[in-house]
Amino acid sequence: MSILIKNGRVIDPAQNIDGHYEILIEGKKIRGVYPKAKGPKTDKIIDASGCIVIPGLVDMHAHLRDPGFEYKESIRTGTMAAVRGGFTSVCCMPNTNPVNDNKTVTEFILRKNYAEGACFVYPIGAITKGQKGEELAEMGMMKEAGCIAFSDDGRPVMNSLIMRRALEYSKIFNVLIISHCEDLRLSEGGVINEGFISTTLGLRGIPKAAEEVMVARDIALAGLTGGRLHIAHVSTEGSVRLIRDAKERGISVTAETCPHYFCLTEDEVNNYNTSAKVNPPLRTERDVEAVKQGLKDNTIDVIATDHAPHHIDDKYNKEFDAASFGISGLETAFSLGLKLVEQGVLSLKQFIVKISVTPSGIIGIPKGTLAEGADADVAIIDLSKDFIVEPDRFLSKGKNTPFKGWQLKGAVLKTVSKGKVYEWE
Amino acid sequence: MIKSKDLLGIKDLSAEEIIRILDTAAVFKDVLARDIKKVPTLRGKTVVNVFFEPSTRTRTSFELAAKRLSTDVVNFSVPASSIAKGETLKDTALTIQALGADFVVIRHSSAGVPYFLSRVLKASVINAGDGSNEHPTQALLDLFTIRSSKENIEGLTVAIIGDVAHSRVAKSNIYGLTKLGAKVRLIGPPTLMPVAINNLPVDIYNSMEEGIRGADVIMTLRIQLERQNRGFFPSLEEYFKLYGLTGDRLKLAKEDAMVMHPGPINRGIEISTDAADGPQSVILEQVTNGLAVRMAVLYLLSGVKE
Repeated sequence: MSILIKNGRVIDPAQNIDGHYEILIEGKKIRGVYPKAKGPKTDKIIDASGCIVIPGLVDMHAHLRDPGFEYKESIRTGTMAAVRGGFTSVCCMPNTNPVNDNKTVTEFILRKNYAEGACFVYPIGAITKGQKGEELAEMGMMKEAGCIAFSDDGRPVMNSLIMRRALEYSKIFNVLIISHCEDLRLSEGGVINEGFISTTLGLRGIPKAAEEVMVARDIALAGLTGGRLHIAHVSTEGSVRLIRDAKERGISVTAETCPHYFCLTEDEVNNYNTSAKVNPPLRTERDVEAVKQGLKDNTIDVIATDHAPHHIDDKYNKEFDAASFGISGLETAFSLGLKLVEQGVLSLKQFIVKISVTPSGIIGIPKGTLAEGADADVAIIDLSKDFIVEPDRFLSKGKNTPFKGWQLKGAVLKTVSKGKVYEWE
Repeated sequence: MIKSKDLLGIKDLSAEEIIRILDTAAVFKDVLARDIKKVPTLRGKTVVNVFFEPSTRTRTSFELAAKRLSTDVVNFSVPASSIAKGETLKDTALTIQALGADFVVIRHSSAGVPYFLSRVLKASVINAGDGSNEHPTQALLDLFTIRSSKENIEGLTVAIIGDVAHSRVAKSNIYGLTKLGAKVRLIGPPTLMPVAINNLPVDIYNSMEEGIRGADVIMTLRIQLERQNRGFFPSLEEYFKLYGLTGDRLKLAKEDAMVMHPGPINRGIEISTDAADGPQSVILEQVTNGLAVRMAVLYLLSGVKE
């Protein structure tokens, strides 16, 4: 089966292409990029008039909940949500049940995705057994089984010595250590940003320092060991400053943020709105501006989703303290990120780089390009088309989003994933 | 009249609404002074006390207030075990709804629970204390007690001493007192002050002596004994030395300063026996006034729905 995508504006930063080209797909591979009207005759034509045609998006940080929490999300629904949002590669965090801390679980995820996944899935293995922060997990065997990075994500490695060992040991395999930076003593019991709002709501706050002391620690350990460190979901001005400084000093560190950290502030949690309960918490206007500045000057390399789907019982039918942290993000990330382009923070090309090209490079997968020979992973997006965020229509099982009712620009109309075409109105 | 169907917090009330409740409570206080203390005002209405946290005083006060108004009142105690079994807060709320309550009095260890219930329930929701957020009827009875002794709350200097950070009583009192024009001082160690509380019109003192000097009203807060282990202060002995209200320290305040405490008191920890039992203490009056204030709240909220 051959497909020609024509009439669209092709943007492929990896090849430095931006213009009217035609993309030829044969089977599951891209077989050529042709000037306008020069493409060959094919079985099927995709008309991308009025749209941009870009490499499929790459999410470095998602929770697919499978195995163990299939009532929140499954590999099938999570990858369908990904494709709906233009993502064709998703890295899934290891906080499943059982935890992805050994090659058997890694293999299970990959086999299940092979059978039912709508896009590529790249498992992230746990740094320590059971995410307990005590003993290193078998990184070598998990890497061989398909893990592309290691992280204890929501259960950060509190023991500095274990974190040092992880950064050192990971050098054998040249794999990334992703750190969810949170000092669990400083954040204990906290559910929103610490500040006047936490005081007026009577909720326990999480100070910015809970994130920043761990960013500082992990940068020091990366400097000490030479391991490759990636800071997950940067949310504070102080973290941006620390990472900027570390990069200037030549330390091997990269960083990501998520749309909610540049679109929302702590004001969202007023009236005990659990949709906006997320970890790290939504911060202040000042932090939002610093995160944008960090994206602009490349202190922050990547835009990830931290897609965290939850069941209504866990997210909405409980008191604020007991409700789960997290936002279902795969189906809104591109359009929210596009706001940065509208605001002049990033050019369209820079935005595509941060949500597709750079994450591929950081985790070392051959994605984020439309070059001949690449996998046929393509997102086709109408930048001028508006839509309203309607969680009930999400393909994800997680309908939890603080963006419900927002009018966004940039509708994903078609996604080609693993050579298969998905289309929406 | 109170605008909302619920009483969730003092921060949602206007000064006029607060005064209206206090004036109404004064009428009920007269009723309570009679030989026959019961009135038929709310006969046929049902009050359900839902207490997720153990409480004897507040629950008993609400129960008695409801009975004095001739309502049917039942206590719905929720043991931790039923939550452990997987019942969500929403399930509990809908169960209460199905019982046909007109008023739900809710106490919960988590802030915001009364707001959650007010969205789910048609009944009037009365917050009887939610986490570190608010305890509005306690503040109302404190305001009522102050007004009984001092002519005007406006212009008074009120010192609140102790664990303000974790105290819903302190929060509700800060909102109520500042709305009525009192000057509020908060006294305690920085570890027990709420973050960014100086966004509200209050003055913060780390020195007990400076803080109570010239005060008209002194409110001491209960110190939770477990705070010591969590590093908020080194020992109860040191706490008492720095912030305990003693007869000697009381002399720094105005001669006729009132001594208040929401109870139950820890003698020798936040307050000494001579201060707690001395002539300036109104601690037991507070308890009595609680009944009148809670009757007023039930009465005024019932009017909204008619």
